[in-house]
Amino acid sequence: MAQYNLQVNGKKVQVEVSPDTPLLWVLRDTLGMTGTKFGCGIAQCGACTVHLNDNAVRSCSLPVSSVGNNKITTIEGLSEKGDHPVQLAWDEADVPQCGYCQAGQIMSAAALLKRKPQPTDQDIDTAMAGNICRCGTYKRIRTAIHAAAAKKGGKS
Amino acid sequence: MSASIVSRRSFLKVSTLAGGGLMLAFNGLDKVLAGTVAEDVLFAPNAYIKIASNGIVTLMATNPEIGQGVKTSLPMLVAEELDVDWQKVVIEQAPLDTVKFSRQSAGGSGSVRSSWEPFRKAGAAARKMLVDAAAQTWNVSPDECVTENGWVIHKPSGKKLEYGALASKASGMTVPTEVTLKDPKDYKLIGKRIPNVDNKKIATGKQPFGIDTKREGMLYVMVARPAAFGKKLKSFDDTAARALPGVKNVVSFDNKIAVLATSTWEAKKGRDALKIEWEDEVALESTAEHQENLKKLTQQKHEIPKRTDGDAEQALAGAKKVLESVFEAPFLPHAPLEPMNFFADVRDDKVELYGSTQVPARVRAEVAKALNIGEDKISVGVSRIGGGFGRRLQADYAIEAAKISQLAKSPVQVMWTREDDMQGGYYRPAGMYRYRAAIDQNNELSAWYLVASSVNQDNASRQDNFPAGAIPNFRVDSHRLNSAISTGPWRAPNHNFLAFSEESFLDEIATELKKDTVAFRLELLDRAKSNPAGKLTYDVDRYKAVIKLAAEMGKWGTPAGKGIFKGFASHFSFGSYAAQVAEISITGGKLKVHKIYCAIDCGRVINLSGAETQVEGGIIDGLGHALYGELLFEKGATVQKNFNTYKLIRMPDAPAIEVRFIDSNENPQGLGEPGLPPVAAAVNNAIFNATGQRIRRLPLSLATLLSDQVDRNR
Repeated sequence: MAQYNLQVNGKKVQVEVSPDTPLLWVLRDTLGMTGTKFGCGIAQCGACTVHLNDNAVRSCSLPVSSVGNNKITTIEGLSEKGDHPVQLAWDEADVPQCGYCQAGQIMSAAALLKRKPQPTDQDIDTAMAGNICRCGTYKRIRTAIHAAAAKKGGKS
Repeated sequence: MSASIVSRRSFLKVSTLAGGGLMLAFNGLDKVLAGTVAEDVLFAPNAYIKIASNGIVTLMATNPEIGQGVKTSLPMLVAEELDVDWQKVVIEQAPLDTVKFSRQSAGGSGSVRSSWEPFRKAGAAARKMLVDAAAQTWNVSPDECVTENGWVIHKPSGKKLEYGALASKASGMTVPTEVTLKDPKDYKLIGKRIPNVDNKKIATGKQPFGIDTKREGMLYVMVARPAAFGKKLKSFDDTAARALPGVKNVVSFDNKIAVLATSTWEAKKGRDALKIEWEDEVALESTAEHQENLKKLTQQKHEIPKRTDGDAEQALAGAKKVLESVFEAPFLPHAPLEPMNFFADVRDDKVELYGSTQVPARVRAEVAKALNIGEDKISVGVSRIGGGFGRRLQADYAIEAAKISQLAKSPVQVMWTREDDMQGGYYRPAGMYRYRAAIDQNNELSAWYLVASSVNQDNASRQDNFPAGAIPNFRVDSHRLNSAISTGPWRAPNHNFLAFSEESFLDEIATELKKDTVAFRLELLDRAKSNPAGKLTYDVDRYKAVIKLAAEMGKWGTPAGKGIFKGFASHFSFGSYAAQVAEISITGGKLKVHKIYCAIDCGRVINLSGAETQVEGGIIDGLGHALYGELLFEKGATVQKNFNTYKLIRMPDAPAIEVRFIDSNENPQGLGEPGLPPVAAAVNNAIFNATGQRIRRLPLSLATLLSDQVDRNR
């Protein structure tokens, strides 16, 4: 067991866990933040996607000991009021079916738009290929990402 | 409110009203179900509706939500007839209550079908009581009153009262024995696009699923289960596991060892530290021997056919030509993205169960049996569910959680890793389907004989599927191959493969007869109507309508762009008709599916957005498994363990999809499954049109085709 000072959604938190604990389980079990989901444990499905600084990473395969001072953003902290353009677009395009993978999808999409505010279909294919939706909502995910991009473009 | 305080009189009255589908807790404050919003519930006319004095209307989501959209679509039915402002409606997930609700399950694409009438009647009955309450308040005739968006309006005077203000009085009104349902032309919700009611919570990470369940003092559990089907526990040593930080207990039962710890990760490390010896209980099975045994069975006639019209054997014997094809289906895991997990807190006097299940009533019954505890002591709460696909029709994982809680005397959340889930059983069974078709002297299809074989299933066919009814000599046999590998329903059971084999084989026959594959189906359907052989379980006109619409959407008969090839398939399942055109290309030996056009007749559409996404999702699901799905076994263990080797369809492979619904006034039919079955055959038939070669096993592999023919450009 060791102590770690983490920055999660703009807040400093201290946890005492074994160094090999994946960030996912620190978030879910230690901090009680269950918005980030477990799907495969080997960085294949993307359900556990969070941001490390501005990059989408798979928290199931990221030991807490390697997080350091990097800023962690989870789905709960993506926006203060749940009004990130991607979150709004997800509702407008009525994306979720079961909804389980969608936190991870949204985190991947938000990271993509930060990097590429006007992504092409090809960009979406590449950025979202790591996120499985078992219900098959890919068409609406694509629609929502384009809609969020249009909205962001309109604002700036 | 418990059933015991329901007055027998009102109970019977309303039960009659709803034809037994609506069991009521009537009259007054419902302390048990009252949520935060509805604490001042004044009017709870039936188990589906609570109206508070502030006008907030709480509608109960009675059925488990696995992504099929019933948490939105079923309350829509109540809200439509209640005539309430959807924006002011709060949806609450109901716990299991077999007294108040009927059919609280998610399976067989049946939720909307079975709820269509009782749910609307529940809304209409409540609306009538609110109108009566207003009429009495104003001392006018109820006939002079109308409702709109949660208000009762007295037409002549223009006076109006909101439902909330009428709630108290309405609870004293007589329950109507008969209600008039709306004319469909007046629908404000049904048929419209209504977003999933949990979207905002899902998009902000606030929507809990079963796996998110936390309770005071709860321990996380990982279970070591037999590493292969056919193995049992010989011995284990938990010394090292118990010494690890966070590990609180280790219990063993039913050839399993459960490690309880203060976090998931510690439980997993504890399980990894167990030293276990397994031993073989029965011979361990492998895919190769399944295939061999299934094949043998398809060569045998079954004494008792599943269906027989005319004499298929005789017609085949006298045929001008016989076509024969054998189609193979692999095992498939359900692989819902939320792995199996369940919460259980077993005490001496009561049991709390909570989590992701498609069948809370089955969970309660089976846990009661396993623990030898009365069902009345067991509560089952239903969370939102991270996918079901049939896996959560089983109660195994809930029973396991309950047993662990009982043994360890602790509330537990049992967590399965993806690997546990993949090895966890209840798969779509592997099967083999041998078809023979007779072409007679007049160049007509005169006989069809299917001999099916499948693992752990007495009937792997749907013997009444089209083209049954269209062919004078028709026979279906089905053989069972017993296996230690557990199997169960998987989205669109049997249909999910039968549509592939039937519709591919029909395409083969059309090709042999030099007929257009769409025209051939229409011709067979005309035959089924004018001169049916045996009983017909489908409606010919509705079947033809979707076939024609899909052909029109996909511009069947006209060339697509250069290098693009089309394929067609249709299928009837769960009361709904679906037809699809696939557009594909093959470049460098690689298949790309560009677009799927789908025409579907599911009767009346309840939620257009939800309906459309069910069909799109079904197509993606069917396509993904047609392209990649295959679970192999080696010595009783799955070869594929996780998503690195068990491939699921991803964004880059998802084609464009266009869905159109037949505009229909028929009662709504199933929709969670019917979009899935046709797609594999539509794609396969397109592959034939591109290569001139047939694939007869899933997943579709171009490697089985001659390499010089897989690169054909027009």
